[in-house]
Amino acid sequence: MLAKRVIPCLDINAGRVVKGVKFEDLRDAGDPVEVARRYDAQGADELVFLDITASSDDRPTLFKTVEAVASAIFIPLTVGGGVRTCADVRALLSAGADKVSINTSAVLRPDFVTEASDRYGVQCIVVAIDAKRVSKKGQPPRWEIFTHGGRKATGLDAIDWASLMVSKGAGELLVTSMDRDGTKSGYDNELLRAITDAVPVPVIASGGVGTLEHLEQGLSLGGADAVLAASIFHSGQHTVGEAKQYLTRHGVTVRSPVPLAVTI
Amino acid sequence: MEKIGVIDYGMGNLHSLGKALERVAGNQRIVISYDPEELIACDRLVLPGVGGVKAAMNELRRLELNQMVIEASRKRPLLGICLGMQVLLDRSEENGGVPALGLIPGDVIRFPDPPRDAVERLKVPHMGWNRVRQSRPQGAPHVIWAGIPDDSWFYFVHSYHAAPVQAEHVLGEAEYTKTFAAAVARDNIVGFQFHPEKSQSVGLKLLGNFAHWNGESR
Repeated sequence: MLAKRVIPCLDINAGRVVKGVKFEDLRDAGDPVEVARRYDAQGADELVFLDITASSDDRPTLFKTVEAVASAIFIPLTVGGGVRTCADVRALLSAGADKVSINTSAVLRPDFVTEASDRYGVQCIVVAIDAKRVSKKGQPPRWEIFTHGGRKATGLDAIDWASLMVSKGAGELLVTSMDRDGTKSGYDNELLRAITDAVPVPVIASGGVGTLEHLEQGLSLGGADAVLAASIFHSGQHTVGEAKQYLTRHGVTVRSPVPLAVTI
Repeated sequence: MEKIGVIDYGMGNLHSLGKALERVAGNQRIVISYDPEELIACDRLVLPGVGGVKAAMNELRRLELNQMVIEASRKRPLLGICLGMQVLLDRSEENGGVPALGLIPGDVIRFPDPPRDAVERLKVPHMGWNRVRQSRPQGAPHVIWAGIPDDSWFYFVHSYHAAPVQAEHVLGEAEYTKTFAAAVARDNIVGFQFHPEKSQSVGLKLLGNFAHWNGESR
């Protein structure tokens, strides 16, 4: 049986892991290789790197960082932030990323997703969806897509957008609730459920985790295939191992890594 | 010095595989190449691959690597990974049906789409970590599994899977919509549907076993 995945998310700025609230008040959270190794050792199923300086021109630093991390860990690595062209996708894959996450560029030009997945395979194309609830209380729920780190409204319906992205070739969706991001009040499970019911590809839940219970809810209520979190792991509040123990106790199938001595 | 050749035919990124092999190969040299002569001189060969089977077979033919793989498979340990495993079989139903290398009798078939009214929807591609049950055709698992606990977790990403004709060619099985062959073996050939290079310590252990394998099943 396929395990549900626990995925720590690392925000990368100028070659360092940073933590901050909504991209503000950035504080150094360590060397990416060390942080990645730590989560790998704790039993992370995958890592996501988000290049938060993507709009700046610091790509060479990012490639070097991806290369260093990809050489140090042997679990899948997804890299996102400022991916605009097939050349960007190729450069990140060559640097050692296993998957590339596309967000704003997909909104600007949905066919980019098709071009990238035709060329590199659907398995390595993740589309990141930042959605904000736009319906009023009492109305049927409705979410819209935002780009540019959540600052720019697009008028696109999030559920329709998710389906369109899958038809364009997205192999996986990373769904972030802009309302919940940074609030520690839990995922927007209604949003997740609406999307997981609508698409036939895996969905990663993101935005709002404050407790281990929130992870479990994203999987059970939201129907997600994987749960992504940053601050509960970075702050040391919980290890990935604790998260997995909690999920196991609540009947969720997760991978239990076996530490093996590897012949070198 | 012994050499492990990684066949580079443009189907996927060999960065992780190369790094993982370097970690476990001891004194052997890792040769990443598309030159048939350079590859045939290696002591062990790895055929990786992601993407579609049609493009893979076209590239193998264009680079004159298909005959080299068949030739090499008669004598030395050969490992196929993911799509590189699928092309070891006779034929794949992907891309409208494509004849493959025919080193292991059987076809490669697609996971059935989940019924609309299914209680829990199983998604295709099968993406993530799943357990692999080691086959015991002769009472004991194949030596390639040495030191790896049965039912260990491995990382998969695929929509098609191998269906070997002969049960003895199934090296390991996993469950996803049904029981399927997660690994295959025949004589000095092994193939993994999952990615050992992405499967953390158990994956490295398995790659290390291949890196030191003499091609005998026990």
